[in-house]
Amino acid sequence: MCATCGCTPGTGAHHHDHADGHAHGTETITLEQKVLAKNDGIAHDNRAWLADRDILAVNLMSSPGAGKTTLLQRTITELSAVRPVAVIEGDQETTFDADRIRQTGCPVVQVNTGAGCHLDAEMVRGALTGLDPSRGSLLFVENVGNLVCPAMFDLGEEHKVVVISVTEGTDKPLKYPYMFAVADLVLINKIDLLPYVDFEVDTCTAYARSVNPAVRILTVSATTGAGMPDWYGWLAGH
Amino acid sequence: MHELSITQSIVELACEKAAGRPVRSVRVRAGKLTAVVADSMLFCFELVVQGTPIEGARLEIEQPPGRAHCRVCDTEFTVEDLILLCPCGSADVAVVAGRELELLSMEVG
Repeated sequence: MCATCGCTPGTGAHHHDHADGHAHGTETITLEQKVLAKNDGIAHDNRAWLADRDILAVNLMSSPGAGKTTLLQRTITELSAVRPVAVIEGDQETTFDADRIRQTGCPVVQVNTGAGCHLDAEMVRGALTGLDPSRGSLLFVENVGNLVCPAMFDLGEEHKVVVISVTEGTDKPLKYPYMFAVADLVLINKIDLLPYVDFEVDTCTAYARSVNPAVRILTVSATTGAGMPDWYGWLAGH
Repeated sequence: MHELSITQSIVELACEKAAGRPVRSVRVRAGKLTAVVADSMLFCFELVVQGTPIEGARLEIEQPPGRAHCRVCDTEFTVEDLILLCPCGSADVAVVAGRELELLSMEVG
């Protein structure tokens, strides 16, 4: 009961507000609902759709320019004889990356997010319908280049892989901990440039493990091919 | 700016649950270990509600701290950031709170 006027909030019989901000005639509805429930529901459906077709989906995330597309080009060239590969490309604008992937002969769909800074499960669902990857394929979802936002959105993938390049700085895992915390695998790319840059692989590895003790870390060069067999081994093991 | 799409989801849900009733406030819980910046969410909320049935509603954000359980010394402790290290020195810990992202309640009428 209201101490100011004696009315009972929530009864709807008495509508007015007091100066202390307490309002009458209102009702509090308890919801306790996950904010991302809709996205998570669609991601769950995507995951079931993919599992049904025996497709291994990998969500590739990194900052812009870490070498995701080059990594995919080499991966497709070297693996497509063993297993069919399909790609969903996410970028804010252009079809440049999809064009590069298409040159390898791999089926690809470009998703442009416009002002959006990440892919979500709905976008991936739409892309899957268009792409229709063959049974048993390896599906790479190249997310929008961004080390912050994509970390929060489940797409229905089996694994999250974060790519970091040695030109970016050793401290990236501590600067962007949310992304490294959700990764199943971290690929340290462009190791062919190690002699020319101030990057410490061991320190970066320790930083990544400080936010994600169980994370697997591999060093590769998508340009020279160094370390790539370990990456293929990881994929084959999943 | 993932707060924009998260806020859009909140507004969508709130509009659905309000079912035409005027909404005075919306209460959200975004744990400290989620990558949600409360100020960004408030900023986005002002933009996103415009033209929707809940325009004019106030957004209240509750940010509970992170808590983790250490498997080595079997204690619970507060975590300020994502470097999950128990005061005993162990990194074998599990987050038990701070990752919530929920629409808690709404005041309607």
